[in-house]
Amino acid sequence: MPISTVANPQHFTRNASAALKDPTLQRALQNVKPGFRRKRAAAVAKLPEFDQLRAAGRDLKNHVLEHLDFYLERFEAKVNEQGGQVHWARDAAEANQIVLEICRAVNARRVTKGKSMISEEIGLNDFLTSHGIQPIETDLGEYIIQLRRERPSHIIAPAIHLNREQVADAFHAHHGPYGFTERRTEPRALMDEARQVLRRQFLSADVGITGANFCIAETGTTVIVTNEGNGDLTQTLPRVHIALTSIEKVVPTLEDVSTFIRLLSRSATGQEISVYTTFSSGPRRANDLDGPEQFHVVLLDNGRSGMMGGEFQDMLRCIRCAACINHCPVYGAIGGHAYGWVYPGPMGAVLTPHLIGVEAAGHLPNASTFCGRCEEVCPVHIPLPKMMRHWREREFERHLSPAATRFGLGVWAFFAKRPKLYRIAANLGAWVLRRLSGRDGRIKNLALAKGWTVWRDLPAPQGRTFQQQWAARRRAQS
Amino acid sequence: MSEARKHILSNIRRGLQRGLLADLSRVELEARLTHPPRNIIPARAQLPHPEQVALFIRMAESALATLDRIASLAEAPAAVAAFLERERLPMEIVMAPDPELAALPWAAQTALHIECRAARDGDKTSVTPAFAGIAETGTLMMLSGPHHPTTLNFLPDTHIVALRADRIVGVYEEGWDLLRAQSSKMPRTVNYITGPSRSGDIEQTMQLGAHGPLRLHIVLADHE
Ligand code: SF4
Repeated sequence: MPISTVANPQHFTRNASAALKDPTLQRALQNVKPGFRRKRAAAVAKLPEFDQLRAAGRDLKNHVLEHLDFYLERFEAKVNEQGGQVHWARDAAEANQIVLEICRAVNARRVTKGKSMISEEIGLNDFLTSHGIQPIETDLGEYIIQLRRERPSHIIAPAIHLNREQVADAFHAHHGPYGFTERRTEPRALMDEARQVLRRQFLSADVGITGANFCIAETGTTVIVTNEGNGDLTQTLPRVHIALTSIEKVVPTLEDVSTFIRLLSRSATGQEISVYTTFSSGPRRANDLDGPEQFHVVLLDNGRSGMMGGEFQDMLRCIRCAACINHCPVYGAIGGHAYGWVYPGPMGAVLTPHLIGVEAAGHLPNASTFCGRCEEVCPVHIPLPKMMRHWREREFERHLSPAATRFGLGVWAFFAKRPKLYRIAANLGAWVLRRLSGRDGRIKNLALAKGWTVWRDLPAPQGRTFQQQWAARRRAQS
Repeated sequence: MSEARKHILSNIRRGLQRGLLADLSRVELEARLTHPPRNIIPARAQLPHPEQVALFIRMAESALATLDRIASLAEAPAAVAAFLERERLPMEIVMAPDPELAALPWAAQTALHIECRAARDGDKTSVTPAFAGIAETGTLMMLSGPHHPTTLNFLPDTHIVALRADRIVGVYEEGWDLLRAQSSKMPRTVNYITGPSRSGDIEQTMQLGAHGPLRLHIVLADHE
């Protein structure tokens, strides 16, 4: 059954312990480490300039944020110049309404979709369906979970929680009308089946909706990055292309986007570059033989402008590579659904309270061992652990924490003010956690299943990160 | 929704604790857009041209593209026919209506059926030129236009790309420089293509040919 998609503290605890006891999910999560982590490390090792690129990426994003109004206006002017249209949306409701109106203007009945986390964020599929328009996800992973009526459990591998048998079941249940009556389980056969079924959808869609990883101010261009080519068929075949994106995705120039392209795929999948990187500028030109007649960009804010100038502004540098998720021991133990909303892992823990409110999601920053791996691998140096601590302090001050959390933090504060005791307790905690964790160093069972006991506030069993946190704490107190 | 626009922009400015950007910074930002500075350029592709070509080949093949090297573009039709035969593919291609491609000796390939147009569902093999090859990652850079319909890059099962070695550059930035030298405007679509389509969405095991081509074959000509 799909795990609850309503984010609140009770559900998180329940979801986390359910996830730990779910053998299918646990087997699927084993793929995260050899898959993403090893491939990223190998790709990074092959590019000596990677750390310089990270610093450049961070500085570029900071530059953009400092001049965000300027670059957004420039991007809009350039899109207009080429015959496209930019629509600004303050929140999810406005963004949904804009998309609906564009669809209605061309009497659209069927919409194909490339992968877009913004679409998940605004709940576009449900909205369109309720207005009589059929949205069809075309990224294979997104398609699978759409058939299963689930949310993505990962921002770049949405069906990572599933195995082939579950995919086979979903296809078998839905592909009969397309002539596929036999249940097939081979990944190759499943792939071919999806390819054929989705081909028909691409060819019959009225509108194609993609996301955009970047918006280039210099040229008024949106950029998508995919491996499947589904995004390209989505945006090339129908009469209308809508790129759904958010205000922090703007970058100044083609040179700057080149820097982010070098960072993105290596951090995400460990590829040198994804198979397809596509730059779209306006609608099809006179004499073009294909391409959409209309080009729309929806720029979503949804709480992001409120992060400007504050302690969370750095989060707006995020390029959604998922490296922090792939390296997070908590995500590795419980998967993405337990987080209860669209963005899981460390980036989600920081972002979600902004987007759906601290009341609903202020608990998420507790889902951390503060091991620091997320910050170490982030291609734009976002200080994720520090931000999670900010949220925790805020939530604590607001007394929104469940009693157990307040108790936990109280105990932590007691130790934190007594360095010697803290060290002993932390080392003891580390020792306990090490004993509880499997050979891969992940804390699977007791600590989580028992509802995040007091130990969850103590560092993961790695001495270094304890020292870091300790030093940070001391700085904060002095 | 101009109200939303105003609201978002003023929220941003409030966060930044300023009003409209001062004219001076505006001038600086404009200058940066008109003369975009390069950021970090990987050393791996800063090589003499023959070595850039070798790097392009290595990188494209490691992204699972296949590649045939021919002496001149005039040999491309024969190379295409030979590839189709070798792979036991039907002797029919949909070709980009590109003047340079059209000028090649296709007539000599009597067994080959050729149509020049955009792609349709059911097309097996497309043949297109590339605007440039980028050595750092073995990436093909394709521009859309009346002679270069984008669908040819995505709909057919097999995509064959004819590329001249002198169109290979080192890094992405050099590809953009080539484009800027040719036109002040972006085409509707620029595609970077690196290897054939793939997906790892079923149990994180890679399968080729997700929605785009199953095979990407490059015919690389040392000379015109
Ligand atoms: S926070 Fe950093 S590591 Fe995580 S998704 Fe964003 S850019 Fe990637």
